[in-house]
Amino acid sequence: MSLHFLKKITINISTMKKYSFYLAAILGSILLLTGCGNQNGKASSDGALASNNAEKVYVAPGEHDEFYAFMSGGYSGNVTVYGLPSGRMFKEIPVFSQFPTNGYGYSEETKPMLETSFGFIPADDSHHPDISQTNGELDGRWLFINGNNTPRIARIDLKTFETAEIIEVPNSAGNHSSSYITENSEYVVAGTRFSVPIPQRDMPIKDYKGNFKGALSFISVEPETGRMDIKFQLIMPGFNYDLSHPGRGKSHGWFFFTTYNTEEANSLLEVNASQNDKDFIAAVNWKKIEEYVENGGGTMVPANYTHNVYSDETHSATSTMKKEVLTVDPTKVPGAIFFMPTPKSPHGVDVSPSGDYIIGNGKLSADLTAFSFDKMIAAIEGEKFDGEAYGLPILKFEDVLGGTVKSGGLGPLHTEFDGEGNAYTTFFISSEVVKWKLGTWEVIDRKPTFYSVGHCMIPGGNSRKPFGKYLISLNKITKDRYLPTGPELEHSAQLYDISGDKMELIYDFPTHGEPHYAAAIPASILAPKSQKIYKLAENEHPFATKNVSEARIVREGNEVHVYMAMIRSHFTPDNIEGIKVGDKVYFHITNHEQDFDVPHGFMMIGQKNSGLLIMPGQTKTSVWEPKQEGVWPFYCTDFCSALHQEMQGYIRVSPANSKIDLSWSLGE
Amino acid sequence: MTLVIFFPFYPTYICSINKPINRLKMKIVLRNIVVVLSLMLVACGGKEEKKKEGFSVDRAKTLEKTTESPAVTNAVSASERVDLDNKGVGPIKSVTLSPEIDAEMAKKGEEVYSQMCMACHRVDKKFIGPAPTGILKRRSPEWVMNMILNPEVMVKEDPLAKELMAEFNGAPMANQGLTEEQARNVLEYFRTLD
Ligand SMILES: [Cu+2]
Repeated sequence: MSLHFLKKITINISTMKKYSFYLAAILGSILLLTGCGNQNGKASSDGALASNNAEKVYVAPGEHDEFYAFMSGGYSGNVTVYGLPSGRMFKEIPVFSQFPTNGYGYSEETKPMLETSFGFIPADDSHHPDISQTNGELDGRWLFINGNNTPRIARIDLKTFETAEIIEVPNSAGNHSSSYITENSEYVVAGTRFSVPIPQRDMPIKDYKGNFKGALSFISVEPETGRMDIKFQLIMPGFNYDLSHPGRGKSHGWFFFTTYNTEEANSLLEVNASQNDKDFIAAVNWKKIEEYVENGGGTMVPANYTHNVYSDETHSATSTMKKEVLTVDPTKVPGAIFFMPTPKSPHGVDVSPSGDYIIGNGKLSADLTAFSFDKMIAAIEGEKFDGEAYGLPILKFEDVLGGTVKSGGLGPLHTEFDGEGNAYTTFFISSEVVKWKLGTWEVIDRKPTFYSVGHCMIPGGNSRKPFGKYLISLNKITKDRYLPTGPELEHSAQLYDISGDKMELIYDFPTHGEPHYAAAIPASILAPKSQKIYKLAENEHPFATKNVSEARIVREGNEVHVYMAMIRSHFTPDNIEGIKVGDKVYFHITNHEQDFDVPHGFMMIGQKNSGLLIMPGQTKTSVWEPKQEGVWPFYCTDFCSALHQEMQGYIRVSPANSKIDLSWSLGE
Repeated sequence: MTLVIFFPFYPTYICSINKPINRLKMKIVLRNIVVVLSLMLVACGGKEEKKKEGFSVDRAKTLEKTTESPAVTNAVSASERVDLDNKGVGPIKSVTLSPEIDAEMAKKGEEVYSQMCMACHRVDKKFIGPAPTGILKRRSPEWVMNMILNPEVMVKEDPLAKELMAEFNGAPMANQGLTEEQARNVLEYFRTLD
């Protein structure tokens, strides 16, 4: 078979493919155009409008975006970083999931980050990012996010854009009404979605009602370092705690949680948890409870939960098992917890920038309920209660109602604010965003989303000072928005310009995983302090090779420690002999570059974990267990210079009983 | 699918075999040859193709850096040449050396050097880059400091630095982010290396 013959065939295949692709694309677009008319939000024949919108999202090559947006990854367990308005993805930050791209959760240094009371957990479901605040405004120091499945809260350092800390939340299950922070980052709050036996024990599921409990955890954030610690857990009745938000301004000191399944059903919740006409928003006066525990209140109970902390100095994480947690029985703190009846299984609970209104988004209702904080305080002071649930007072709906938004939409989920007195609510069932006015409750505008929007996000929308220029809708269903990629699609997001009276859909882009929620911040706050390198001189890693003269190999029984350095474009050492079958070889590799954006990678043939991507000044460790005799190569996986392909080395592996001494060299 | 990706390159490397090309490109091409050839072996089972594989490996040595270096006409290689007037390009315009070597500065400089530079520059032998021993007999102090502090620009704009990069296989001089003070100390240390 001649080469030319082969070549011909391949060309034919590729042209054929091209043609059928174009054909499909043309047919597809015809179908779409005729099928949906102009209801799909696509740039219409109005060329002027389309080009105007294009200008709004166009960030010229080399220019920077105006905002950073942090999107949760949902079942990816991670966080992605996007630019707005361009919709360009800059980075995926590994948080709760192993990430082979850079070795997070595979390297010896980062494995402890994923330790839990259930052991090493390689993945999770991340939901609601929130940026730290000072005086109710975004300060851009840290990003918090919850792991929903194996309950945890993570703190991401916004200098390095890396996960700095993860704390597990005991007594919780489905850590969903999380991770929202108070207006001076005093607490990051984590509420349970599923109520469970507390403490966990073997008992019949049917005995749920009255016996299961829901833990709401207040995790203190150390003001200087950001270190998290569970200050107390409020052990609430066995409802499902869905979402939460802090009070701000005048309502600072309170926290609000939506509940559903106040029926306390334990099966077929789809039907059984929708029986009550109203569920509750729980209003929690955390200042009062804080005072209570500081005066010795609460009960310390045994628990098991990990606290994992990463250090930029040692480039390593440690995992500590904590053994007890302070619980608070809410009935023991009178005047601290009240229930506000809210129509139909509310999802989001959102507090207006001034702190005046608490918005309940009853997802099986058409209307939005806005509670008035002033009225709530008046009702509490007047002790006008409408009964109680498990000893906790229920306020009268009419007494605390501030207003109702007759939206005309279906399935309200979540509301954000623009700082100009407007609110924007997403409607899952009717696939739209509705803009309405706080105080007058009138609907101003409505725009479709594509399709079935969950949360929306305005930069700073959960703070006293939103930046009301853009709104992103985070949609659950993608369908035909982009070129099809087989059965599995990424979720879609839509960008709306909200600077005018009417919202305008200006852009549409795919996201990664399932962004349940997002948080965004002006780039001018974060970009100037973004770290560029780690200083080699400050590297405190116990296995660092800070000086090439210290590169060496140390054998301890069948454990072999390779102290290795890397710089463009070689490893020191790059020839290693004396390794034996059955050894456990630890490569401790230090990147000696001190220049921005010069990482090096490392992969070793037959390595059973991921490779490493090592930043300038950083040390990372990978384990390799040679199973076969021979001479085996390793190499740099990140194209680092014109001589990158030369960045390689060999390891000679001898039989287990071999007498060959350890030796290593470079250039000899 | 893999075939579709690699075969379009086929005419390129056939032509380039007798032409000077830069090493990087050559390596990529070589890799492709190997991949393509191995695919061919699978596809055609042809034994004669093996000879070509051997041929391409032989070729790698003979081509070495006769091609890209603009210095071929210079009798003395860039690293051996003496040029004490050239101050280079960068923040350092003028350096005054004291008559006596400042031992304390030199000691600090040695520390910095051994951590930040030694991966590529061994004291008295050519390694990834040239050795610093005797450097001040060939280069001005300003040039040395600018090369440390401003390597990216130096290898583009300073003709000598450019030639040096070619002489040293195109290995880039890494910017190790030294402060001016650290670079000055390293210079003082270099004064002790004769
Ligand atoms: Cu490299």
